[in-house]
Amino acid sequence: MLGWTTRSNQEEHKPGDKLQRRLAQNREAARKSRLRKKAYVQQLESSRLKLAQLEQELEKARHQGAYLGNASNSSRVGFSGTVNPEIAAFEMEYGHWVEEQHKQISELRKALQAHITDIELRILVENGLNHYNNLFRMKADAAKADVFYLISGKWRTSVERFFQWIGGFRPSELLNVLMSQLEPLTDQQHTNVCNLRQSSQQAEDALTQGIDKLQQTLSQSIAADVMGVGGYGQIDAMENLEALEGFVNQADHLRQQTLQHLSQILTMRQAARGLLALGEYFHRLRALSSLWAARPREPT
Amino acid sequence: MEKVLGLASDQGVVIFIKSTCCLCYTVKILFQEIGVDPLVYEIDHDPEGREMEKALAKMGCSSPVPAVFIGGKLLGSTNEVMSLHLSGSLNQMLKPYQTQT
Repeated sequence: MLGWTTRSNQEEHKPGDKLQRRLAQNREAARKSRLRKKAYVQQLESSRLKLAQLEQELEKARHQGAYLGNASNSSRVGFSGTVNPEIAAFEMEYGHWVEEQHKQISELRKALQAHITDIELRILVENGLNHYNNLFRMKADAAKADVFYLISGKWRTSVERFFQWIGGFRPSELLNVLMSQLEPLTDQQHTNVCNLRQSSQQAEDALTQGIDKLQQTLSQSIAADVMGVGGYGQIDAMENLEALEGFVNQADHLRQQTLQHLSQILTMRQAARGLLALGEYFHRLRALSSLWAARPREPT
Repeated sequence: MEKVLGLASDQGVVIFIKSTCCLCYTVKILFQEIGVDPLVYEIDHDPEGREMEKALAKMGCSSPVPAVFIGGKLLGSTNEVMSLHLSGSLNQMLKPYQTQT
């Protein structure tokens, strides 16, 4: 402000000018600074995402290394220090399954936008349904090898695990995801879908109650005379554990039947849209898991 | 075999189970949800349980228990029950035996 006393009369009559200019410059500088910061943060976010992806790939590569016999650096080492080759094989197959799923979804999306014929669409729909059938077949083999591995959901991403029911997705969740996407339906279709929904829900509830009963029964048999010296009926407990494989198989059977019956109710085009919606939904769950893993965290 | 068939004809809907089998429990719950009150027979508490198990296997039941009979005829085990229910056929078969709608 020292300079003001030496200014001419004219400039003294517009004291606001310099101030306005300075304020404008400040605003501009602040805007540029915010934009730079935004760009920097975005760069950080995408780097973190990439890091999380690389970490996942490294994990995968490590498992594959374990499958090839290099057990020392594997995190899939079993209790006795050995790797379960069937589970390692399942993990590899499942990785391929997800990649193939991704390809099929892209194909479906393109096909639906390009308005291809019903015959061509049928091939895509049948491929899509067969792909799910392949998954259930793979899971059945894995359940025989290690049912606890399957039911733990270790082979899936974190968000998928959150939604998990007896080793996979809920049939009712499947119907909820799809039904909003498939309108308009004819009256007959609507009735059929409602019936399917009810049957599927009843079966799902029955299986849920059955597996709760299994947990209860197992817990009771393990807790028998827990403070005594005699031990408990381990044979009974083992039989209970064996029953788990049956539940996983029935749950997958329910998933498969729900998909199949739904595809029979829908037109070819609706079925194609349904497969696209379902595939995209699961893809988003997986992507969200990666995003979550890469989120910025407070330093401890 | 006769014992199994005899019991199976005793009531409209009969399910042979083992008391420790939780998938049997699942099937029982499902029938209750459909509004049917089946006769549930525990073959592990029957002195002839083992023979009954063999008879059921001979009749073509995929797993000995649960074994579901409707109108005296073998329907099958858990897998068959689930398939028929999802297709809507089970409701049709059970209509004459429903105690509540």
